[in-house]
Amino acid sequence: MRFDDDTICAIATAMSDAGIGIIRISGKDAVSIVDKFYLSAKKVHNLREHAPNTIEYGYICDNEENILDEVMISFMKAPHSYTREDVIEINTHGGMMIMNEILELLISNGCRLADPGEFTKRAFLNGRIDLTKAEAVMDIISAQNKFALHNSEKQLRGEVYNVISELRKKILYEMAYIESALDDPENYDLDGYKPTLLTELKELSDKCMHLINSSDEGKIRKDGINTVIIGKPNAGKSSLLNIMTGEERAIVTDIAGTTRDIIEETVRMDDIILHIIDTAGIRNTDDTIEKIGVDKAKKYANDAELIIYLIDSTKNLTSDDYDIIDLIKNKKVIVLLNKSDLGNQIVSKDDVLSRFESEIPIINTSMTDMSGIEEMKQAISNYFLDGSIVPKQELYITNMRHQQALRKTYDSISLVIQSINDDMSEDFFTVDLMNAYASLGEIIGEEVGDDLVEEIFSKFCMGK
Amino acid sequence: MNHVFENIDVAVIGAGHAGCEAALACARLGLETVVFTLSADNIAFMPCNPHIGGSSKGHLVREIDALGGEMGKNIDKTFIQSKMLNTSKGPAVHSLRAQADKLKYSLSMKAVLESQEHLTIKQGEVTELITTDIDVSDKLYSEGYRKKITGVKFYTGTIYNAKAVILCTGTYLKARCLCGEAITYTGPNGLQPSNELSKSLIDNGIELRRFKTGTPARMDGNTIDYSKMSEQKGDDPVIPFSFETNPETIQREQVSCWLTYTNEETHEIIRKNIDRSPIYAGIIEGIGPRYCPSIEDKVIKFPDKNRHQVFIEPEGSFTNEVYVDGMSSSMPEDVQIAMYRSVPGLENCKIVKNAYAIEYDCLTPGQLHPSLEFKNVYGLFSGGQFNGSSGYEEAAAQGLYAGINAAMQIKGKPFLYIDRSEGYIGVLVDDLVTKENLEPYRMMTSRAEYRLLLRQDNADLRLREKGYEVGLISEEQYNRVLYKKKCISEEVERLKNTFVGASKNIQEFMTAHGSSTLKTACSLAELICRPELSYKIISDIDPDRSELDDEIIDQVEISIKYEGYIERQQRQVDQFKKLEHKLIPADINYDDVLSLRLEARQKLKKFNPTNIGQASRIGGVNPADVSVLLVYIDSMNRK
Repeated sequence: MRFDDDTICAIATAMSDAGIGIIRISGKDAVSIVDKFYLSAKKVHNLREHAPNTIEYGYICDNEENILDEVMISFMKAPHSYTREDVIEINTHGGMMIMNEILELLISNGCRLADPGEFTKRAFLNGRIDLTKAEAVMDIISAQNKFALHNSEKQLRGEVYNVISELRKKILYEMAYIESALDDPENYDLDGYKPTLLTELKELSDKCMHLINSSDEGKIRKDGINTVIIGKPNAGKSSLLNIMTGEERAIVTDIAGTTRDIIEETVRMDDIILHIIDTAGIRNTDDTIEKIGVDKAKKYANDAELIIYLIDSTKNLTSDDYDIIDLIKNKKVIVLLNKSDLGNQIVSKDDVLSRFESEIPIINTSMTDMSGIEEMKQAISNYFLDGSIVPKQELYITNMRHQQALRKTYDSISLVIQSINDDMSEDFFTVDLMNAYASLGEIIGEEVGDDLVEEIFSKFCMGK
Repeated sequence: MNHVFENIDVAVIGAGHAGCEAALACARLGLETVVFTLSADNIAFMPCNPHIGGSSKGHLVREIDALGGEMGKNIDKTFIQSKMLNTSKGPAVHSLRAQADKLKYSLSMKAVLESQEHLTIKQGEVTELITTDIDVSDKLYSEGYRKKITGVKFYTGTIYNAKAVILCTGTYLKARCLCGEAITYTGPNGLQPSNELSKSLIDNGIELRRFKTGTPARMDGNTIDYSKMSEQKGDDPVIPFSFETNPETIQREQVSCWLTYTNEETHEIIRKNIDRSPIYAGIIEGIGPRYCPSIEDKVIKFPDKNRHQVFIEPEGSFTNEVYVDGMSSSMPEDVQIAMYRSVPGLENCKIVKNAYAIEYDCLTPGQLHPSLEFKNVYGLFSGGQFNGSSGYEEAAAQGLYAGINAAMQIKGKPFLYIDRSEGYIGVLVDDLVTKENLEPYRMMTSRAEYRLLLRQDNADLRLREKGYEVGLISEEQYNRVLYKKKCISEEVERLKNTFVGASKNIQEFMTAHGSSTLKTACSLAELICRPELSYKIISDIDPDRSELDDEIIDQVEISIKYEGYIERQQRQVDQFKKLEHKLIPADINYDDVLSLRLEARQKLKKFNPTNIGQASRIGGVNPADVSVLLVYIDSMNRK
């Protein structure tokens, strides 16, 4: 738990790549930090002379003074700001890439990424928000925290989680070994331990560096929520995609199996960006080309964050439908009972719902008269609002949070290596090892607690 | 029947290591104190290992001493061997351990109690707490108190009216000892248990649980073949525990301990008979400590270890009995004999006292304030093993802490509070009142996150002032510490500002001591930082230094050599302190804080933390909950 006297930063605008993006910085070092990479219109670092409560035009540059983007900067001097601290807002062109770059510059120059709800918290604690809003402030903090945790978990499914856990386990073991020897010196000794630890630490720090670098690569991914349109052949998938994109992209015919390739498209719906994949209809098939498409579809469905499942409501559900439902029933799904305009609907909402384990949105649609489309958009938007689906930009932020923690881990391990090289005694290593352990814990949402004592007792036979 | 009524200030129940410190503290602060004991001949009795101190426990003894407690002085008077552990490691983990003459230790402490003004020893069982209900309109009610202590009832019916009561019942409440299938309802070493008091505690709304601990056999030293063991000698010279003890007065002849090991045969005997162990047979209900496992636990839980260390420690100079450290057990007697005799040197051993396990009533967590006062009973304090700890030193530290705070309450003065960055005592108390300890709690250096600052060598610099403030440290003692601090900081300043140039004799000096020659002028402090140099070594090139005591030189050297680490730790402490200083109002109702997660709310209600720092350490309370709490408290304060 930190106390609020450092300088924090965050992206203040909504989750889309809207025309303008705002990055907000608050804290006593706001001016001096931003000044390091901000050039005025005259290309000089003179933010300190910037008159409060005005907005000015200038440039963001990198550490080598290369200009990255044009921005507008406003400065609100304490206490005349939202948080009653010095606040700077950087207005950018809103692209996700540039906002990330600016955030990184801020962090590498001494800012910390704001905790969930932290601007509001500061505003309240500094007396900016009046007492009647206390309840709302607390709600914001807990809601945003829930969101961030969810976010983090989502990103850490599987491999990354395992890698981080593994690193933590190793650090914990080494600490426990040292501590056992300090606690029971007549039973465990540390002779010849330093070279072993050094090898282990070098490996750990390489792994950290590798993770830092690979998460950099991750950032170049396309924007948007991975959305898959799925359904049996000729259910209307391609028509839906065409409606959403507003252009004739997919080949639309009345012959089942026309879409054999996967078609990808980025679509913007109000504030939300979807990265849509139209799949071949899932149907047991012997046609080789089509089979490849079907396999791919299954794979995409598996990786998708949102699934739109189209059913031709004029035809009975078949085993193909049940297969699809099995494939997607644990996902965020919206079911469209399509062709509702034809007037001979056989499949009802209840028929479908009974196949799912939880309540999901089921909407009657027609791609011909566009009925139900608005309702579908609303359903997608609801998934966002309740935090079930996390917009990509938030994932970037989480990603950056993780990177920051990995850098701290790396630095802590480097300090231990330094201590070994300085021939310090082993008891000095624990402080930095513990910091590394705690930093890694931040990534996977695990706190330190009594882990060390537990490890000592479970791995080493202690005591009289 | 005519009952006697006595009016006193403080009743201390139990005269073990916690009770002695508690009673002495209260009496020394001028309060009429009675310490009740089941046996006045077993005051400050050591029912388990015959030593005081050891890793991190030695720190506690030093801190007790710095605050004005008795344990350090008493062991200095009665040790028969003493050793500083971990001397090859950094100064933060150096730790004193002294073998006590158990009988002398006990007699000596009894003499101190007997000669203490305002202190009376009373033999016999306290059977009841006497309390009155607190009215809803009383301010204490809104702070969570429901009852107020007014005294205790003695087994004879005598009532002692008291302003405060301190529970130091150790392992005696409803004690039950187990040696294999043989169960006796006694306290340690066959002493009388306390069977009545638990009910009275429960009647007053106090929740109890069962813990267990154990002790190894005592053997007749004449039956041991020491030629098969390796000798473990004490230090020469010996460093005292107490800051008041003149080292020259304690350089006495020492006895040795002896080291041997178990082997596969021992382990086989244990494995073959494991179903006869009361723990494995499910007869023992209490939860035992993992750090002093019985030998059967060690063998079962660490099957890969082909031997375990056995440390033979003498019990004192009036007895031949030795303590077999490393082999506590609750196995039946025949198994005990067989397993002990399989150890080299113990082939013909005769057991004087069998190993046994003991079960007793103690507190469930969450019932104590950081002052060690009960949250629901005003004026009732508790210290020692009853609080869920284990170990003489942990007990003494809490006894002193509870004793001081009972006295502070009666005198209307602020409670003594030692936080985690100020002392091991602070870590101990905070852990006991904040965490869900599931087993007897033992101090360990790994529990102290700021241990580079919490060294045994600077306990006086850290805590003398607090001892002075509460009134257990005299003006003269306090001034000595102030003077010491001044000497240290002046000498550090001088060394940082005294420069030597790259002259010929300096370079020769550097070469002679295996240190690289100077390129530019360099401060003496910078030279001391070099691993191969020290304050004493550079005396040849530092002609202007004045004569200083060794203890001052040690401090100067530590603060220069480890400056970087100490500064980093200090920064962590600064952060920690900010949260500690954010107090939580006593009348907070966590049910009103709707944004807290359910788990956090339940835990906060249970532990009712005093400040935000403590709240953040409760398991199940995450940083967002703490933020919510900060906002809520701020809004309470603004109303």
